[in-house]
Amino acid sequence: MGVVALFVFALLRLTPGDPAAIIAGDYATPQDIARIRAALGLDRPLLVQIGIWLGQLLRGDLGTSIFSGLPVTTLIKQRLEPTVALTILAMLLAVITAVPLGVLAAWRQGSWVDRVVMGLAVSGFSMPVFWLGFLLVYLFSVWLGLLPVQGYTPLSAGFVPFLRHLALPALTLSLVFMALIARMTRASMMGVLGEDYIRTAFAKGLAPWSVLTRHALKSASLPIVTIIGVGFALLIGGAVVTESVFALPGIGRLSVDAILRRDYPVIQGVILVVSGVYVLLNLVVDLLYVLLDPRIRY
Amino acid sequence: MARPAPDSAPLDPALDAMAGDARVLPLAPARRGAAARRFLVRNPTLGAGALCLLLMAAGAVGAGLLGTRDPQAMRPVTRLRTPSAEHWFGTDHYGRDVYSRTLYGGRISLVVGSAVAVISLTLGTGIGLVSGYFRRLDAVVMRIMDGVMAIPGILLALALMALVRASLQSVIVALVIPEIPRTVRLVRASVLSLRELVMVEGARAVGAGTPRILLRYILPALVAPLIVQGTYIGASAMLVEAYLSFLGVGTPPHIPSWGNIMAEGRAYVQLAFWIILFPGLFLAVTVLAINMIGDGLRDLLKVR
Repeated sequence: MGVVALFVFALLRLTPGDPAAIIAGDYATPQDIARIRAALGLDRPLLVQIGIWLGQLLRGDLGTSIFSGLPVTTLIKQRLEPTVALTILAMLLAVITAVPLGVLAAWRQGSWVDRVVMGLAVSGFSMPVFWLGFLLVYLFSVWLGLLPVQGYTPLSAGFVPFLRHLALPALTLSLVFMALIARMTRASMMGVLGEDYIRTAFAKGLAPWSVLTRHALKSASLPIVTIIGVGFALLIGGAVVTESVFALPGIGRLSVDAILRRDYPVIQGVILVVSGVYVLLNLVVDLLYVLLDPRIRY
Repeated sequence: MARPAPDSAPLDPALDAMAGDARVLPLAPARRGAAARRFLVRNPTLGAGALCLLLMAAGAVGAGLLGTRDPQAMRPVTRLRTPSAEHWFGTDHYGRDVYSRTLYGGRISLVVGSAVAVISLTLGTGIGLVSGYFRRLDAVVMRIMDGVMAIPGILLALALMALVRASLQSVIVALVIPEIPRTVRLVRASVLSLRELVMVEGARAVGAGTPRILLRYILPALVAPLIVQGTYIGASAMLVEAYLSFLGVGTPPHIPSWGNIMAEGRAYVQLAFWIILFPGLFLAVTVLAINMIGDGLRDLLKVR
């Protein structure tokens, strides 16, 4: 995490371009620029700036937005709910559909079921997320009139409207993830299904369903869990785009707005928080290994 | 043709193995055609992907010959027209022909995809080779790579674009940086195992220098996985370019790319769906084709 923090800082400060000049705009006088620079602390030596920033970080302070004047932590907290809801929903949707499909494809390897599932999976992560989003909006909202086109209602306003607004974004976002998980599940299951103990299980007459889930899926789950952790990066990237398509007031929109306004503290803050969650999630995945595979110990 | 094309008839396994690589067959041209066909029948994914990509590339390169007009010519009289015989894919809010824009846009998207793939493979391989071979450097480099990898790719590319003036070059750079760590890791992991081979030890014993060992002994073993990796990088780069453009920080509007044609069309999505539909379809098909080539090559070259 320390490396990420330093890297983000270096990225934003060492690249050419003076943030103060960009913030002041095209018509600012040199005095204006100098004033803004002083207000942001950009006139101090680089090492001092790094020190101050890291010190603030350790106290959980991500700085103040240049544009709105609000603390970055407050901004992030305000925007957290839609993004968290969207990613969790998309993740659930993807896991619930993709794992069974992947298992089925591996079991009926080479059959038409396998080909259809894998064909869909390759198409799934070849499609631009926002394009897919627009297609779904067109189909479900404009054409069939079933779901709202855009916008967000918080959970506190009732579960059904909340879900109705999130259904399309979550579906849009989950398709890429679904494709990834389905492919991984199939590959992992195919490795396991060749094992002798699976043949034994089938031979002693256990129901295929039981063999697949109880015996095979359990050993095949390690790579699947890993890809769910790694795929979070993909999910967040997709969330940025999806939130823009569906006008959801989430972290993704916050970061895009911040980038368009060159609001550096917000950009830094969002990247740090998201990367932190990503690292933490992968740590959880590592710990899950112990539960899934008794041979692994830490 | 010497004999009817054996579509899926099982042949002698040894012959099969040979046919897998068309170059090993020293045949007359007519037989070579049959061999090529057999190769495609055996690798349908690769063949279909290559065909699609070739079509897309032909459309992009030969855009001027395929009944297009000036992709930037504005004709307000004919704005937001539905697809018709005159405007195959309709027109946008400035009256520009979406068909022409889509074909010309393909040039940019394909250039971005291939440039990002080539540059990140080159840089990633260079860094990976050196870092895998020199232990002390390795620790530092890998920490940096872990740091970059901890930031989701699209977010990193977005942030990079915020720092620079939007241009084609800056888009390519912003897409390359998040891709490098994965290539570095791939190369480094292979170097770590390859450097222990007897072959490498022998080379060192006869006095081969480090650059020679890296380039002549270790790099060749990496070519197959790197080609496969390159196709996936190119495919994802084309998608992310579209995302950046869509979010308003990508390729500048005066250069039509599939991404920014769709970005400009989003305000009119309810009125003129075709502005987004066609470039998106082209993008999806191209990316699908590249992914299929990647999958096909992976199976063919037996990577992993």
